[in-house]
Amino acid sequence: MDIFDLRWDIIWNYRELFLRGLWVTIVLTICGYIGGIILGVLLGLGETSKKKWIYWPSKIYVDLFRGTPMLVQILIIHLAFIPAVFGQSFGFMVSGITALILNSAAYNAEIIRAGIQSIDKGQMEAARSLGLTHNQAMRKIILPQAFRRMIPPLGNEFIALLKDSSLVTVIAASDILYAAKVVAGAYQRFWEPYLVAAFMYLVLTYLVTKLIAYVEKRFSNSYNPRRKQKGGLGI
Amino acid sequence: MIKVENLTKSFGQLEVLKGISYEIQEKEVVCVIGPSGSGKSTFLRCINLLEEITDGAIYIEGVKVNDPKTDINLIRTEVGMVFQQFNLFPHMTVLENITMAPMQIRKLSKNDAEKLALELLDKVGLKEKAYNYPEQLSGGQQQRVAIARALAMKPKVMLFDEPTSALDPEMVKEVLDVMKQLAFEGMTMVVVTHEMGFAREVADRVVFMDGGYIVEQDKPESIFDAPKNERTKAFLGKVL
Repeated sequence: MDIFDLRWDIIWNYRELFLRGLWVTIVLTICGYIGGIILGVLLGLGETSKKKWIYWPSKIYVDLFRGTPMLVQILIIHLAFIPAVFGQSFGFMVSGITALILNSAAYNAEIIRAGIQSIDKGQMEAARSLGLTHNQAMRKIILPQAFRRMIPPLGNEFIALLKDSSLVTVIAASDILYAAKVVAGAYQRFWEPYLVAAFMYLVLTYLVTKLIAYVEKRFSNSYNPRRKQKGGLGI
Repeated sequence: MIKVENLTKSFGQLEVLKGISYEIQEKEVVCVIGPSGSGKSTFLRCINLLEEITDGAIYIEGVKVNDPKTDINLIRTEVGMVFQQFNLFPHMTVLENITMAPMQIRKLSKNDAEKLALELLDKVGLKEKAYNYPEQLSGGQQQRVAIARALAMKPKVMLFDEPTSALDPEMVKEVLDVMKQLAFEGMTMVVVTHEMGFAREVADRVVFMDGGYIVEQDKPESIFDAPKNERTKAFLGKVL
């Protein structure tokens, strides 16, 4: 088989499968990411807690999910955990999103913990010395500053999750990679389908990169004095 | 107004304060001096419980600060604190730094809080910086904003933790001048400082600490011109 004799018409015939795969990848990633952020914030705050019964569960969760391969987690959740708890499977979408949420939450938790702990201790002391409660100080002083520092690593996590979502093909989720595998299996041709899959992921990560750059610019600079002064504060 | 009884404080095995008793009257300005590591900053930080107290007691206007039943947040609204490193909130303008606590805690309206903040900024000579961010200010200006921020809660006592130690020499005076003005207005102040000139001029009493104890305390003239304790003499011999 000559590698310069590529038959793109095969891909075109399977375009619906690839488009469906694109859709599945996007839904998996976005749901997994949003859920992962919400759970990650709770775990990250848990990891900064002084209360042992909050700290240790958070810490153990993070260590477990960062210390095991996502591929194994996906298989356990789809084949063992969900059937055992609910007595049936809800399909690859539910299992896949669950796995992505649980896995990315562990990474997000570390980002959030590090972001909070990177803020100078004096900030909390100054806030508390004015009479703010711990929660008020977190909300008004620590988190707004920490959030700006979290944006770049949380963006990286988004891209990593997008690519790692391809692991769900192992439970026959019909994502981009699955479409490529079907075509490859049907025609015994490998260049075309996998190159197309790679290209689709590349386009997606490129778009996400642009989105992150925008968010970063929008928020990281919000104590850029010049821009805020123009906002009409009147001096 | 502030009564300290046999206060001890340990960090793990290290005992930093070894039993301090002292009383500060209303409208009194007390300067705490001493070599580094003598426990003077820790002493100050115990007063508003930024450090947990190991043993002993502190009373502010009769309320025991280190009683579990005491609402420490309420006490802290009455006790202003100024830090060596200023600790302004970098994501807020100067004005927001000052209005934040009065709005959050005293429930002042935005208008009232800003009016108060501008008055205080005027007092520390920085009204024109209201809409700047802390990073645009010099160290001396930041510290003056930090003083205004603490005053916005209308505290009964002000604690200063080496307020001029992180400043370039030419900025020390502008901060000390603001503190002097406060003292003359009758604010009760506890000042941990290395500025002996300020202590001599402004303090009602000077406390010399060394090794976790109050070694000597008296009127500034007595401490500076006729120290009784050998360690006080040795310390003053080095710094004056």
